[in-house]
Amino acid sequence: MKKIKKIKIKVNGKVKYLMKDYQLSDLLKILKIPLKKVAIELNEEIIDKKNINKIKIKKNDKIEIVHFIGGG
Amino acid sequence: MEVASLKKDNLIIANKSFNSRLIVGTGKYKSMSECAKAIKLSGAEIVTVAVRRVNIVDKNKPLLMDYIDPKKITYLPNTAGCFNSKEALRTLRLAREIGGWKLVKLEVLGDKKNLFPEMIETLKSTEVLAKEGFKVMVYCNDDPLMAKRLENSGAEAIMPLAAPIGSGLGIQNKINIQIIRKQTKLPLIIDAGLGQASDATIAMELGCDGVLVNTAIAKAKKPFDMALAFKNAVIAGRQSYKSGRINKILMGKPSSPLKGVI
Repeated sequence: MKKIKKIKIKVNGKVKYLMKDYQLSDLLKILKIPLKKVAIELNEEIIDKKNINKIKIKKNDKIEIVHFIGGG
Repeated sequence: MEVASLKKDNLIIANKSFNSRLIVGTGKYKSMSECAKAIKLSGAEIVTVAVRRVNIVDKNKPLLMDYIDPKKITYLPNTAGCFNSKEALRTLRLAREIGGWKLVKLEVLGDKKNLFPEMIETLKSTEVLAKEGFKVMVYCNDDPLMAKRLENSGAEAIMPLAAPIGSGLGIQNKINIQIIRKQTKLPLIIDAGLGQASDATIAMELGCDGVLVNTAIAKAKKPFDMALAFKNAVIAGRQSYKSGRINKILMGKPSSPLKGVI
């Protein structure tokens, strides 16, 4: 059986293995994250949420997904 | 004579008008529902929120936005936990991206123990953020000179501490707060260090435009009652300030007329 190729990335500091050719939007779908309530950073650059369908995830990408929590 | 305190007396920040002069933090509550109820009772229309990583492991964790509707309550993203300008700018740019938030609370800390603001980094950040179109409410020291510099750098509101964050000590330097009040037309909001409702009244009586409270409500034995107490205390302090207090004298002056004493 042919081994499925996966790429290693980091999401919010945690290592994750993803199928090749995933878009940023696919990752959000897998993680069940509501786009409206978050902001996304790809390799320390803020992503315009309108473009997440166009951004392909590459090997060793560092992705940060943040939202609002309680704070003073 | 008309009763001034019955007239509309809104807090204006960045051209937005708010009925309540109490801003509350959303941290340190036992649960989201407790937080939401306390906010409701406090009457606050602005709440501070922190920007943090989404929990990608536990996807069922409740979200703040499910409990506090950002359409009804103004979210004020903060930079709590940031110790330099770079971190603070990153945090607020992300906050803006979440949903267009431009009104933000800048807080750059300088010391992990006392949590005092690092004012050089704060000043640098204020300049950058103002240029990027943010409306920056700035947590700062109770230093009139620094407050002036923040104002000149484009701050939208000056938010000096009463005492260290979470300390509950109340206003430690009334004179400085009054000096800052005299020198600025910007909204002046006491941020951090209040312990009980009367501290908020004192802040308002010094002429502050509002107060920001988190721990004193969230960690009170009865947070809901304390939320209500702070609401009333802010209203009382504001009305008292607007009413024009009597002069202080060192001697007694009888309240009842002496004429006709038997």
